[in-house]
Amino acid sequence: MADFTMPALGADMETGKVVEWLVKAGDPIRRGDVVAVVETHKGAIDVECFLDGVIGDLAPLDQPLPVGALLARVRGPGEVDSAVPAAVPAAPPLAPAPAAAALPRTAAPARAVEPPPASRAKLSPAARRRAAELGIQADALRGSGADGAVTISDVEHAARPERATPARKTRGGFDPALMRQAIAAAMARSKREIPHYYLAEPVPMRRALDWLRDANLQRPVTGRLLPAVLLLKAVALALREFPQLNGSFEQGAYRASAAVHVGVAVSLRGGGLIAPALHDAADKPLDGLMRELADLVKRARAGGLRSSELTDPTVTVTHLGDQGVESVQGVIYPPQVALVGFGRIAERPWVDAGAVVAMPLLTATLAADHRVSDGHRGALFLARLSEWLQQPETL
Amino acid sequence: MSAPPLRLSYREACRQAIRDALRADARSFVLGEDVGKYGGCYGVTKGLLEEFGAERIVDAPLAENGFTGLAIGAALAGLRPLLEVMTCNFSLLALDQIMNNAATLPHMSGGQFAVPLVVRMATGGGRQLAAQHSHSLEGWYAHIPGLKVAVPATVEDARFMLAAALADPNPVLIFEHVVLYNAEGQLDPDVSAVDLEHAKLRRPGRDATLVTYGNSLPKCLAAAELLARDGIDAEVIDLRMLRPLDMPAIVESVKRTRRVVIVDEGWKSGSISAEIAARLAEDSLYELDAPIKRVCSREVPVPYAAHMEEAALPSVAGIAEAVRSIVPQRG
Repeated sequence: MADFTMPALGADMETGKVVEWLVKAGDPIRRGDVVAVVETHKGAIDVECFLDGVIGDLAPLDQPLPVGALLARVRGPGEVDSAVPAAVPAAPPLAPAPAAAALPRTAAPARAVEPPPASRAKLSPAARRRAAELGIQADALRGSGADGAVTISDVEHAARPERATPARKTRGGFDPALMRQAIAAAMARSKREIPHYYLAEPVPMRRALDWLRDANLQRPVTGRLLPAVLLLKAVALALREFPQLNGSFEQGAYRASAAVHVGVAVSLRGGGLIAPALHDAADKPLDGLMRELADLVKRARAGGLRSSELTDPTVTVTHLGDQGVESVQGVIYPPQVALVGFGRIAERPWVDAGAVVAMPLLTATLAADHRVSDGHRGALFLARLSEWLQQPETL
Repeated sequence: MSAPPLRLSYREACRQAIRDALRADARSFVLGEDVGKYGGCYGVTKGLLEEFGAERIVDAPLAENGFTGLAIGAALAGLRPLLEVMTCNFSLLALDQIMNNAATLPHMSGGQFAVPLVVRMATGGGRQLAAQHSHSLEGWYAHIPGLKVAVPATVEDARFMLAAALADPNPVLIFEHVVLYNAEGQLDPDVSAVDLEHAKLRRPGRDATLVTYGNSLPKCLAAAELLARDGIDAEVIDLRMLRPLDMPAIVESVKRTRRVVIVDEGWKSGSISAEIAARLAEDSLYELDAPIKRVCSREVPVPYAAHMEEAALPSVAGIAEAVRSIVPQRG
């Protein structure tokens, strides 16, 4: 039996309330299933449960619960409700066991070997490849194939934009005042705790823009790539080589993350800001990333973000070029340790092989946590980022 | 002389092919057990002794190793032997000649010797001939480099594969399924030759690919009709050749249907169906949307009793069931 608890949907969240359960007690759930809608200062969030098994003991609706509070219990596959299996001989008690009564029955004594892991979700090879192309987390889909396997058509079905679950209760949007408070708390904590250092680097964008123009000529209007997606992918790829900039600093210790989940800062109408994750951005093709980005921005503004999108970012990218600013010196979102900022792309004089030419330039900036990395490392990162953007065809 | 009838039996198509070959090339002759006076164990060579005489329709003693060696020698010396082996079960007596001489001499002579030998054999079960006359060993021969292995399933291939085999400098084995001899089919008047290279799409479909050959082809086509009633659209590929194997045709189909069932009357273990499944897994895994399935003969010597023989061989219902098991239920 495992506990499913109120997730921290960002460092700035203290409480949330379940406004809707999407499962019933006794329902089987699979890792990644969305099981509840939780209302937070960021609006209503689809909360995923990363446990396999049968869910029960659901927490009541509409009660504010602190982060970490019990929301439900999940009985794992193979776990039975009955008493200790008869096959395990009862060991003679070594000591009087008043504590035994307090132990849950399922903490089975004397299990010498780890049980084999539950086999992973059945996903056909074709579905797996298509999901990667489309940038979809296919493990969580419900399979229609033999033995419940997820097939390629399940993936393609899930990728359609009109997949909004039918006629769910209208969601409470976020409360701008509450969100302001939360941002204030997070940013104040950031400036209080994180010794920021800042670097900036002009990046020539001629190659990237030329490549993008050609690439878009071959795409339907709805499938065109925006420069932002090139920037996000380049950041993700460059970060793979700089583990000190991609991870989290909590309780006095830094943990680098193997995956690069890029939090994309999205400004909300009516004020406010949210930076949900584009998962595994370095591993996804540009087209899939573009679709995901469009979907993410839409859901950030309309509601329907998933809990993992709020808890998983390992770095944040903010792109204020559309507002016309030259560059941005960002504030790191704790517990992350770096923020990459982009200003607008504008033509500037640029010296190329001894001659002054007009060059579209972009100022890339890095705000990073000096407890974890130094300026030297940060400078190498910006140089690597610039290199990736000089080879757009490899992104 | 009147034009040959366009509708004919598989047996008649084989006979016409041999007659054509004997007429077209004076170096060609038929050699085999009971091919002359008796007209062939399955009646394929009936009437040819009277038409071509005892020098070109030669009854052989019951000694497969010996007369196969004789045919290889004749091929090396410039003749064009058309060897008939009564059933592939008996060809094991000639396996040494086929493998160690016919398949290897062109290689071992550095290409100086060709062995333009054609061996026809009956294969397969379904006629209550019991375990020593009913097995399907073409998959074994497909293991051997240097041979070509043809498995005609239609009257068109029965009619025209022989000429292609004679024109080929390599030894070619042709496996004629005993149940097909009585099958009738229509010849396309515009077709007068076939290749020994390509598989052929016998029925297009969207939901699953049935890969098969020989007498399993009509079973697969019947299963596809059965499935069509349930709205499942199966594609049927006739391999025609087991060596060389036309993998591009299979892969091309699987890319469309993403599901495959291989139907092979041979036993499953170490079979041609295993080879195809392995190659798909090696090279085309990411095209597949469901596990590869196989329908093969039960791993027993083919029984004599009719109901047991039927249970041992691939069936239309079994093929349909295998397809259903990997096609998602609609609705």
